[in-house]
Formats: sequence, structure tokens, C-alpha cells
Amino acid sequence: MPDKPGSRTSAFDRRAFLAGAAGSALVPMTARAAAQEASAPAARDPSLPVEVTLRVNGKDNRLSIDARTTVLDALREHLKLTGSKKGCDHGQCGACTVLIDDRRVVSCLTLALAAEGQEITTIEGLATDDRLHPMQQAFIDNDAFQCGYCTPGQIMSAVACVKEGHANSEAEIREYMSGNICRCAAYPNIVAAVKQAAPEIVKG
Amino acid sequence: MRPFSYQRATDPDMAVQALGAAAAANNPVTKALVQPLAGGTTLIDLMKLDVMRPAAIVDINPLARGWSAIEPKSDGLRLGALAKMSDVAAHAEIERNYPVIADSLKLAASAQLRNMATLGGNVMQRTRCSYFRDVSYENCNKRSPGSGCAAMDGVNRMHAVLGVSDQCIATYPGDFAQALIALDAMAEITGKAGTRSMPFAQLHKAPGSTPDIETTLQPGELISAFSIQGRWPRSVYLKARDRQSYEFALSSAAVALDVQDGAIRDARVALGGVATVPWRAREAEALLKGQEFDEALARRAADAAFAEAKGRRHNSFKIALGKRVVARALQQAVTMEI
Repeated sequence: MPDKPGSRTSAFDRRAFLAGAAGSALVPMTARAAAQEASAPAARDPSLPVEVTLRVNGKDNRLSIDARTTVLDALREHLKLTGSKKGCDHGQCGACTVLIDDRRVVSCLTLALAAEGQEITTIEGLATDDRLHPMQQAFIDNDAFQCGYCTPGQIMSAVACVKEGHANSEAEIREYMSGNICRCAAYPNIVAAVKQAAPEIVKG
Repeated sequence: MRPFSYQRATDPDMAVQALGAAAAANNPVTKALVQPLAGGTTLIDLMKLDVMRPAAIVDINPLARGWSAIEPKSDGLRLGALAKMSDVAAHAEIERNYPVIADSLKLAASAQLRNMATLGGNVMQRTRCSYFRDVSYENCNKRSPGSGCAAMDGVNRMHAVLGVSDQCIATYPGDFAQALIALDAMAEITGKAGTRSMPFAQLHKAPGSTPDIETTLQPGELISAFSIQGRWPRSVYLKARDRQSYEFALSSAAVALDVQDGAIRDARVALGGVATVPWRAREAEALLKGQEFDEALARRAADAAFAEAKGRRHNSFKIALGKRVVARALQQAVTMEI
């Protein structure tokens, strides 16, 4: 990752978001869309919502979204699956890691429209019934987090790391988990968690 | 991010039609109003930063059905441009016969990004120059021709020392391109007129007086494949960086050697992290060819590679570092067991 002198400050207002403003942000756009589609269907305004079906954790979801919506924003803002976290929103921190067709990707750089027809798995889709996924249990057993913000991304990445066959030594785990940043620096415990869960995941 | 329209291209003709449709003459491909979307790891990032502002996106991922094959052959290698970095890096025959390619991919980005990014997109990635990426700086000749260069006298520790001009010192950030240029790869380009082949070395353009023009690709053209003649089992990619993993190169070297009976019959050296474009160090190669390897030869070759280097306030260390990287990469290539 680069140095970022003069790093941009976000206009995003978390307080307003928490007060519920973000949930209604798309309403005026949708209303405008209906009006314009009725009058001028030919030249389509790119800011109008588009229909997409996203398959998340085994369930199809029909959404009307802005074309700019990433998988991360679709999960968090439209499907209310807030397990996947927005850290940097530029593919640098790994907090938004999900599996698409069983491969780990950063959902913040994946357009929701481009993910149509693919199988998205999030942290919410790992556990079965009342039983945690072995990697989730291993993170608890090894105290592999402090603040927990990076944890969903760490766990999704770790599951893929094991399935790829890249969890054979501590050095290999560190190398192949380097796309997930932990500001609390819980790295030794994260490595221990991956080591603990790996044989169980491989065994199936 | 600015609004854009989204379209999926289901075949190459549809893709080049859509990409060429709104192409304005004289507009560099990076500023074309219609941009192709492959892995998205550069494009979506730069759209969020408002550096790239396409009005339309053509998703070319459906073309992967025909454009993502990894094909090792007895006399060479062909790689589809939509193959994912992670798949090529992990391919057993690439690891065995082209370690410089496998390692250049493994040491780049993160596991997540390598699962997304394609080979074609990888070679087209844009510079990580902080001033280019931050639109609050008005003076960037790459973004706004004629506006000046904030890096020239700014924080230029990450910037280039080779291939620079008085207009731009932005570093070419990739790794894989160094392997391609070292191995004399050909790029297959698909456009309206069909498919043509050109030396990969002709793809990137040094900044000169037009840093906004980064490649020789025209709007409506796509890279569809790369090909390499022969096998290069004695090859390495060595990357020096600020962190051990997940970081761009401060200095890197792609080295491929053909050593017979102790003598270097052919030598390929390319440099990353230090130049404005994928950089072939032919002066170093000329010194190595026909010689028997020793440390002094490696040092002379490394000196030759950086003979024309121009350091600035914060990046002059890259010249000394780069020479050591070249010398060590040569040493590793000579001594590796194949």
C-alpha cells in the first residue's frame, strides 16, 4: 500500500448514518427513476437504479440498486448483513473479505452488478444451525481479536487460506493472510487460530 | 463515484464494439469514456478516488470462457489475459518452467486481490503515485496534462529513477510485467480489425512530454493473451519492499539465465519499482552474456543497469538498493537448482 500524504477526509457522516439517514437515501432516486422511465425509456440515465439478483448465503435476493453499489454496500445497506466490514473501502485492509464462488475477494472493489449469478458467502453464512464454523470457534479459543472490527474479514480470509492449501506453516499463514490488516495487532493469535482450525476444515 | 452505465459483454466483438463506440480521437485509452471491467481492482479503486471517470463500464468477465486459458507448451507458454493472477501463480508447470512469472505474481498484492485481478488488467494497472491518486493535488501531468508535477519536489521516496522525464516521475507499480518484458513476451491485442500480435515491450510508453499517454493501446482494443517462446527454469523474481508482504516494490528484479558449462549463454534482466515503465536492463544483459559468473560480474552488471539513473531528494537510495537487488537476483538465479 502506498503512502498517502494529504489523505482525503471522508464526507461520510457516521452520526447521520446511525440516525437512519442512509437507509432512505435511495428513495428519491427511485421515485425519479419511475418518472423518467415512463417518459424516456430510450436514453437511460446512468444514475437510475437497476435490478439485480444477488445470491447470498444460499438465498436469492432481488434488489433495485444504483449501478455504483459494491457487493459490500449491497450486503450492508440493502441486505442488512453488516458482518462484512468497511475499513478502507479501497481493497487495502481486507475487512470486507467475502467468498465469491468459494474464492476470497474484497467486496469493496466488486460491483454488485458484476457479482450477479455468483454465490456470495459472508460471515453470516459460515455457521450451521447453532454450531459455529471451526474457524469462528478457533478465533474465540485463541483470543484472536481485540476490537473485532477486522475479524469477519480475517475469518473469511482464513477459511479460504486453509482451503487453498496455504496454511501449512506459520510463515505460510502469515504470507497468505497478509491482505487482512489488524490494527490491534492480534496477529500471533490469528495465526494460532488458523493453525488450530486448519486440520478440522481440511478433514471436512 | 460518478454515475456510470453498466453492460456485460458476452463475446469479444460486443466488447470491442462497446469500448470503441464512444472513443474520441486523441483521447488516451485511460481517459476513454467507456472502460473495460475485468478484476476491477484498479478501476473501481480509481473511480472511487475520482481519478478515473468513465461514463460507461463494459464488464468483460464473461469473455473469460475463451480468454483465461493457461497453456504450457513444449516450446513456450500462452496465457489468456483474463486468467486470474492466483491461478497462474499456483500452476505447477509455471512454477517449474517459469519461476520468474510465478514469483512475480505470488509476491504481488494480497491473496484476495490476486483472486480478482487478471493478467491483462495487471499490466494495465496505474501508478501508485500519491499525487496522481489524490485529486486534491491539482498539479499532476498524468491526470491533467500541463498542470505540473507535485512529486518532482514533493515526497518522492516511492518514485522512479529510470525512464523519468521533467514532466513525470511516477513509478510503474506492477511486478508481472517485468517477467514478461524480460522473457520477450508477445501481447495479443484484440480490436475491431481482429487480433494482432506485438512485442510486450511496445505496450508501455515512458512519460516523456505526454505522461497521460501510458500505453500504445487504442480505445476499443483489449489485451487478449500473452505468449512466451521457450522455457526459463533458471529464473527468479526478487522484490525489496518496506514490508515483507503485501507491498509494492521499492526495487525488484526479474532475472532469467541460460547457463551452459559454467558460461552465461543468455541473460535477461528487468527492473521494477525503480522505473516509469516495465524496464529492460539491456546494458546489464550485454555484460553478462558469454561470461562466467562471479560476484564482481554481478556488481558490474548491476552498475550498468543503473548507469542512467536519476535520483531526486527522497528516492536516491533506490539506486544503491536497486543495484544490490540486481546482483542478488543474479546470484540466486545462478545458484538455484533446476
